[in-house]
Amino acid sequence: MDIFKLFGKKKENSKNVAKERLKLVLVHDRADLSPQLLEMMKNDILKVISQYAEIDDEALDIKLTRMKKEGDTTPVSALVANIPIKKVKDKK
Amino acid sequence: MENEKLGTAIVVTSGKGGVGKTTTSANIGTGLAILGYSVVILDADIGLRNLDVVMGLENRIVYDIVDVVDKNCRLKQALIKDKRYEKLYLLPAAQTKDKTAVKPEQMVELIGDLKKEFDYIIIDCPAGIEQGFEYSIAGADRAVIVTTPEISAVRDADRVIGILEAKEIHNPKLIINRIRPDMVKRGDMMNIDDIIDILAIDLLGVVPDDEQIVVSTNKGEPVVIDETARAGQAYRNITRRITGEEVELLNLEVNEESKLSKILKLLFGK
Repeated sequence: MDIFKLFGKKKENSKNVAKERLKLVLVHDRADLSPQLLEMMKNDILKVISQYAEIDDEALDIKLTRMKKEGDTTPVSALVANIPIKKVKDKK
Repeated sequence: MENEKLGTAIVVTSGKGGVGKTTTSANIGTGLAILGYSVVILDADIGLRNLDVVMGLENRIVYDIVDVVDKNCRLKQALIKDKRYEKLYLLPAAQTKDKTAVKPEQMVELIGDLKKEFDYIIIDCPAGIEQGFEYSIAGADRAVIVTTPEISAVRDADRVIGILEAKEIHNPKLIINRIRPDMVKRGDMMNIDDIIDILAIDLLGVVPDDEQIVVSTNKGEPVVIDETARAGQAYRNITRRITGEEVELLNLEVNEESKLSKILKLLFGK
């Protein structure tokens, strides 16, 4: 009985919403990097890559996140970019 | 001086206001005195003095911390002896001055003097990360961060942890205050694991949301004295952990939800 309730409710748990929002806001707080600055960085990165390849703008994902380095327990800020390439441009 | 001690100064801080810093300071200080240590609790919230009423000592104040650093009185004259415990003292904040009245260097000197007389100096830090925060952490050897299971409090705690690290006060310990097991069970409040996961610091203890805190504050008696209160037990455990003892976490049934979700994740992948 409890199980069914949990299944239906799982996604609405407000604490998960809180946790996700908190994680996102802390990534920016800790790195002292505003969403605007990230946007500018993103545009510049794309500009460079566009010179060499055609990018799928729709599926593009660049974000700041926290991850642990190998052999280290303190998490560090990392820029994670997922940039799907449609086709590499012809080299001259 | 005879019998010179080498005490430990612990600052209780949070960034955000209203999460229970003063209550925590009063209870840790009293808890340590119950264990037989000599303790002074220092109210560093100049202009918004409150530790005196929480401790029930508001009628005994003559001098305050600003009088001491300005050398208007001797340190001993400003220290107020607790009603209940022989070796427990309060150094009250000034009420009519502001936070420019004490400089970090003065605080370092004051704490240095107190360390010679007491085993523990508990510093009740004001909210915020400005001047008051700066002088409060200036003389501290260790830090205790108080937070509640809310986004705003955890966010501010994270900021304070970062600043403490930069000021070379390492390994602060976390107290999660006002946990409500029923809400955690429902999934409507972040649990201990969630918060520890995010802040990545060691847990010192968890204090349940307890009406007895209000009752005891009304009377000016820290809840740690109350043998029957859940929050009192939580503070007694926290106090023992501060002295280096290993004490198991109070069972608040708060891990129920996380265990269940772990099983669900195992079964269904997400």
